[in-house]
Amino acid sequence: MSKITRISGAEAVIKSLLKEGIDLIYGYPGGAIMPIYDELHKYEDKLNHVLTRHEQGATHAAQGFARVTGKVGVVMATSGPGATNLITGIADAQIDSTPMVCITGQVASHLLGSDAFQETDIIGISSPVTKWNCQVTKASEIPKVLAKAFYIAKSGRPGPVLIDITKDAQFELMEFSYSQCKSVRSYIPVPDYSIKQLKKAAELINNAKKPLIVFGQGVILGNAETEFKNFIEKTGIPSAWTILGLSALPSDHPLNVGMVGMHGNYAPNVLTNQCDLLIAVGMRFDDRVTGNLDTYAKQAKIIHFDIDPAEINKIVEVDVPLLGNVKETLPEILKLVNKNNHESWLGKFHSLYEIEYNKVIKEELHPTKEGLSMAEVVKEINIASKGNAIIITDVGQHQMVACRYARFNKSKSNVTSGGLGTMGFALPAALGAKMGAPEREVVAIIGDGGFQMTIQELGTIFQTGSAVKIVVLNNNYLGMVRQWQEMFFEKRYASTELINPDFVTIAKGYYIEAKKVSKREELKSSIELMMNSKKPFFLEVSVEKEHNVFPMIPTGASVSDIRLD
Amino acid sequence: MSELNKTYTISVYTENNLGLLNRISAIFLKRHISIESFTTSESEIENIFRFIIVVNITKSRVERVVKQIEKQIEVIAAFYHSNEETIFLETALYKIKSQSLFNEKPLQKIIKNSQANIITVSPEYFVIEKTGWRKDTEKLYYDLEPYGLLQFVRSGRISVSKEPMNISNILGLNTDK
Ligand SMILES: Cc1ncc(C[n+]2csc(CCOP(=O)(O)OP(=O)(O)O)c2C)c(N)n1
Ligand SMILES: [Mg+2]
Repeated sequence: MSKITRISGAEAVIKSLLKEGIDLIYGYPGGAIMPIYDELHKYEDKLNHVLTRHEQGATHAAQGFARVTGKVGVVMATSGPGATNLITGIADAQIDSTPMVCITGQVASHLLGSDAFQETDIIGISSPVTKWNCQVTKASEIPKVLAKAFYIAKSGRPGPVLIDITKDAQFELMEFSYSQCKSVRSYIPVPDYSIKQLKKAAELINNAKKPLIVFGQGVILGNAETEFKNFIEKTGIPSAWTILGLSALPSDHPLNVGMVGMHGNYAPNVLTNQCDLLIAVGMRFDDRVTGNLDTYAKQAKIIHFDIDPAEINKIVEVDVPLLGNVKETLPEILKLVNKNNHESWLGKFHSLYEIEYNKVIKEELHPTKEGLSMAEVVKEINIASKGNAIIITDVGQHQMVACRYARFNKSKSNVTSGGLGTMGFALPAALGAKMGAPEREVVAIIGDGGFQMTIQELGTIFQTGSAVKIVVLNNNYLGMVRQWQEMFFEKRYASTELINPDFVTIAKGYYIEAKKVSKREELKSSIELMMNSKKPFFLEVSVEKEHNVFPMIPTGASVSDIRLD
Repeated sequence: MSELNKTYTISVYTENNLGLLNRISAIFLKRHISIESFTTSESEIENIFRFIIVVNITKSRVERVVKQIEKQIEVIAAFYHSNEETIFLETALYKIKSQSLFNEKPLQKIIKNSQANIITVSPEYFVIEKTGWRKDTEKLYYDLEPYGLLQFVRSGRISVSKEPMNISNILGLNTDK
């Protein structure tokens, strides 16, 4: 005799999350979402809710979690200011294709449009920065809408989804049943590739004398690291990465020729304008990658592997588009390409690397100046972690330096805000990453400016006891902006100098073990001390104040006009 | 090298969804493209809606915009056509003081020659309707203007393409064509 039990919409939210295999949520409560929080309390043995100190922190933590696990990050917030505080993280997840489901409370449906307390049109506000969003006003719609939300967030090109649930729908009773969403008739997550294009691409690859691969996050999102490695090893093609492609290919792989773009490596940027075939794999030709489009790889044929048809010919007109998930298309093309090596072409990368090494890298890693360089800090982290750490970076000079010099053995190990460049991203993202990969070492590398944008998440790190290692590279400047002021605005340092508080005292105030280093002799031992700690650890490193990141492609310049000084 | 702007009719087939209008207009807003007209209605398929959007932009922009529209989850398909590839019309309504009709002789002739329909006549005003291309409704506007238009309104473009759109195929429904 099973009698149908009716549950509240709020409980249906929790049950739906459990059906999706969710056991971790980041969020912040408030009036319009209280019924759901009340249910969270009942289910706290199954669902861990982490209270961040700001809703933006919740989104970045969910992003950090999603980026290292490949799973969907889940966020909850109340209506009005709670919901609007999510927007930066949502926009960040949208532009960096991070799967995330945000659930917001909303005023009761009869109050919609009345300017009720904490009412805001979060559906309208979030539309341009979500993959999908939906407002729910009836409890009975909750399971179906959430199932669709998870399906859309993680399928195809992933992205953020926002579900706004009115308070009356949270209270209303309903009969719960759940089935996962398997398709949406108006949505094609993975488009088909054309066999004809595949053959054409293979022919271009087989005939190319100087091919260059530029790969992006598509390789990581498609879990296609092995397929990618097989493809480049068979064809012997030098492979460069965008900032979001970093760690998909081990740093010491012989075909890894470094980073493209504004602060990328010399060789792949210069040789972009000499290759005869450019193969873009899961990347989107961001302007920070291409420099001046009028002079970008004009001499080359271009093949573009991408899952998103809207990316094809969006920025660069390509000769052969290959739609689909690279996990499927790379093994297909592997069958059609010849085994090859491009030794003398690869040699060009090595000789240009020598130039970069002598002009830039050597002094960065082994400074002859008294002041500490950001790069030598990253180098010491590499040594202590043996390249096995997850590195989270914030935005600015330290980000570029960390991405240039950090070494990786494993994929999904570099987490940074690439497309949006969100200062304040790293600290909460590191928390999420550590919770997603507790067995791994997680090191956040943050600037003194960005650290103060989400500094309050030290409280969340302390409360959850997450053993995140936090390194603040303190140059007492908004360094990246200062660099531009120095180079392009005749050193007029308008509002870029920071008079900072005592960060160590602040970290200690959050009961986090903390240390400050300013001398080279203490650097190695301090990093070892930090890495050996089983608890959260804060390390402030005073670095050279007015140091510039090179190489650099000035805005508007061509990739091949990259400057070494 | 700069491409010329041209008038394109964008047709979007969508599921019936509350927020979609907002999402689609945001795609134009984000790119600073102004919309010349926007019409929504039911389509030939049950529960499927059709948006007709007219813009004046370059071919490469319209291509990219249509891809962004198609990328929206609830959009089934989106197309763009030049004027030559579609059959399109607009409807305009003109409200005029009834007195003018009796006082101004040429007015009667204008109306007659324009092949417009008189749809309402009252002692105070009368309303005429003209359906056709922009140049036709515009001509009538300039012809009537001197006699005092109380109100004027023109609808957005409605259009059907010359080529089939095969939406039913996309949806796996029985096709009409
Ligand atoms: C939220 C936000 N505001 C402003 C910027 C512009 N911006 C980019 S880098 C940067 C300076 C970052 O300074 P800091 O965190 O100290 O890092 P540094 O460059 O000194 O390593 C600024 C202000 C940004 N990216 N994000
Ligand atoms: Mg700084």
